[in-house]
Amino acid sequence: MKLDSKVPSGPLEQKWQKHQFEMKLVNPANKRKYSAIVVGTGLAGASAAASLAELGYEVKAFCFQDSSRRAHSIGAQGGINAAKNYQNDGDSVYRLFYDTIKGGDFRSREANTYRLAEVSNNIIDQCAAQGVPFAREYGGTLANRSFGGAQVSRTFYARGQTGQQLLLGAYSALMRQVGLGKVTMYPRTEMQDVVLIDGHAKGIVVRNMVTGEISSHAADAVVLATGGYGRVFYLSTMGLGCNVTAAYRAYKKGALFANPCFTQIHPTCIPHTGDYQCKLTLMSESLRNDGRIWVPKTKDEQRAPGQIPENERDYYLERKYPSFGNLAPRDISSRSAKEACDEGRGVGPSRYGVYLDFSDAINRLGKDVIEERYGNLFEMYELINDENPYEVPMRIYPASHYTMGGLWVDYNLMSNIPGLHVIGEANFSDHGANRLGASALMQGLADGYFVLPYTIGDYFAREGAKNISTERPEFREAEEAVAMRIKKLLDVGGKQTPDSFHKRLGLIMWEKAGMARNEKDLKEALQEIPALREEFWNDVNVLGSADEMNMNVERAARVADFLEFAEIFCLDALDREESCGAHFREEHQTDEGEAVRNDKKYAYVAAWEHKGVGQKPELHKEDLQFESVQLATRSYK
Amino acid sequence: MNFKLHVWRQKNAAAKGRMEQYEARDINADMSFLEMLDVVNEDLVEKGIDPIHFDHDCREGICGACSLVINGLPHGGMTGTTCEVRMRLFKDGSTIYVEPFRAKAFPVIKDLTVDRTSIDRVMQAGGFVSTHTGAAIDANAILVPKDKAEEAMDAAACIGCGACVAACKNASGMLFVAAKVSQLALLPQGQAERERRVNKMVAMMDIEGFGNCTNYYECEAVCPKDISVKFIAKMNREYMRALVK
Repeated sequence: MKLDSKVPSGPLEQKWQKHQFEMKLVNPANKRKYSAIVVGTGLAGASAAASLAELGYEVKAFCFQDSSRRAHSIGAQGGINAAKNYQNDGDSVYRLFYDTIKGGDFRSREANTYRLAEVSNNIIDQCAAQGVPFAREYGGTLANRSFGGAQVSRTFYARGQTGQQLLLGAYSALMRQVGLGKVTMYPRTEMQDVVLIDGHAKGIVVRNMVTGEISSHAADAVVLATGGYGRVFYLSTMGLGCNVTAAYRAYKKGALFANPCFTQIHPTCIPHTGDYQCKLTLMSESLRNDGRIWVPKTKDEQRAPGQIPENERDYYLERKYPSFGNLAPRDISSRSAKEACDEGRGVGPSRYGVYLDFSDAINRLGKDVIEERYGNLFEMYELINDENPYEVPMRIYPASHYTMGGLWVDYNLMSNIPGLHVIGEANFSDHGANRLGASALMQGLADGYFVLPYTIGDYFAREGAKNISTERPEFREAEEAVAMRIKKLLDVGGKQTPDSFHKRLGLIMWEKAGMARNEKDLKEALQEIPALREEFWNDVNVLGSADEMNMNVERAARVADFLEFAEIFCLDALDREESCGAHFREEHQTDEGEAVRNDKKYAYVAAWEHKGVGQKPELHKEDLQFESVQLATRSYK
Repeated sequence: MNFKLHVWRQKNAAAKGRMEQYEARDINADMSFLEMLDVVNEDLVEKGIDPIHFDHDCREGICGACSLVINGLPHGGMTGTTCEVRMRLFKDGSTIYVEPFRAKAFPVIKDLTVDRTSIDRVMQAGGFVSTHTGAAIDANAILVPKDKAEEAMDAAACIGCGACVAACKNASGMLFVAAKVSQLALLPQGQAERERRVNKMVAMMDIEGFGNCTNYYECEAVCPKDISVKFIAKMNREYMRALVK
């Protein structure tokens, strides 16, 4: 299979504009003849569904939550980047593009990343017009703050709830279209399979999570906006419903899965405290603007943080990366925390934690300023840990947070299956091997508001409206397969809960494919995962029946997919014999422990094709072409 | 810690529900209320009993999915949402009563899970600014004074959990609706549809079976995001304003 990225020719700065002109249009009067299915209604899905409906297409939107307002985009706290240069500090579209592609360690597609930076300004305009209450200066203009991995202040925010406010903006646009009858909304409905007709994605099979009913929906195109797979680690900062199922089922139908091993481990989360936990809590990265990260210089330090004198503290990020200091990118910060803890210098009961200390900032700026900036985060921390961060340094530790990998898409955000579009975190294209802070919200909304609405029209115009019926045998077969699979889960009749398997899978992934990876561990994981999967299918206990609201069925079905998906994740990590961004292979580092990238051999997107469960998927490579940027060693020193 | 739980179990919307008793043993004081229920559920599944169904997702107090009436109060009447409530706040050995949010507009689906799509329908009636994607002017062309932006943000912080409705004797949705009406009435972007919005949202609120506000202020007391009842007063003014216009 030849992967065609369909990147337009011409100078980087003109590609998108040129492409917009060259794409075919659907006549306004004909738009209502075309229909789109949007699966997932977070930032990307809600913005896409609303924008497509505004254009005049018939839209059906699906989410597993009870309302699209609850999608986990809501968890993003810190902000959204845009190249507005409102601060006059030298920002530009090109700088945002360059920071993003450098932050991704030169493993993203140049043209996609440039387009992302290009439309970033429209996003802020759009959201402001919707009434998103962004932070303002006294003069009424928008406020900015700085964020990890950048030296300009380009992050727009709404207190510590930026994701929530942007999602509610997109949700309100979506609700407006639902009210107008242009979008039909299906909440508490989970996609089970994508249906191909003559090689094109023309529908989906879903399960109603209240009644258990399996049904089919047909459309002219399918859009997956189903988020990331970070819960493959079991413990993550993601919502508990987040899963890989929709993307994985598409993969099993022939869509390629790209760079699955590129997963972000976020540096500022509340440390793990006990086995009962199923979710870790993220503390916004914006805290690193004023907090200083440190660990004791000596191992097994027993003193309370306040008792440790200044000269016995190691502000390791400031020491190792003097120009970026505590604002070093996420992958670097996370790995440094792990190293300090592995050396025995970690803090807190589990010794897997580092301090994030605000005492200097409080002395310099006053408690009021810190409270205004981070009040809600400090409150949340105290609620969870029973410690007051104004007095005692916070303890933080990295946790799985975002997945840069995802289904392979071309420049039009279409997968290798015609008609199947993938947007937001679910695709792979813009962040390379590491995502910078405040870029996820930007990408979700860029795809949904400003890219997909154009590119899907091109697909429609080329293919024509097909008006496909769900009576076709392809739908019947898919429905039967879905029902059979659920029956199979219910029939195992074993002893162990689905969650217990998920926990064990998570542990394998965290230990052997987490922040640092090596060949031996990955090969072990590749032995352990199929064994665990076999045990699952022999001994999982799924109570209840298929025709009711049944959390046992929902969880078991998702865990079953994670148990297959984890294998391609590890294969990808094993194949990539280099360290880049969040993917750190211990075999490939300098004497100082910095990542060694191998552009000669690995400047490609690894896109995996399904060949059967337990069979090795086939690797397809999309060579990354850099026309505008010079591949440099990423340095934040 | 150990607790005795009385939990509302109801197989589906049509079935009759009842309180069932369960034991929660060896509970860590740092656990959240939902983590405690997770532990109870794992135990129930191992015994072959259908686990207690409840809505939840983000587990950090922002998505608004979790609900529950704990000992008679939505979200336990404590700081934050149910998922943020920690077991250290309960007395070891005590009995805890867990019920679903109850309101005409929130029918029970199963156990502690309720249908809150009525909130979406009220939003559909007018909880938005009608602006098409692509039509926006430069964000800095709309100046919003800092105090107005902050006040709008205070209102916008609503997570749509519905605790205000569950706490109210009238099952009123006024706090939730007022938060959205106020957010957009405070901002220049919301002016064009100011009257239409409040009229439509209030009308839909009535259709969906939410009750009226008679100033008990229970809503504010249980709101996990501290939305102030002053917004209800503001909505009433907005409503009057729309009437005379």
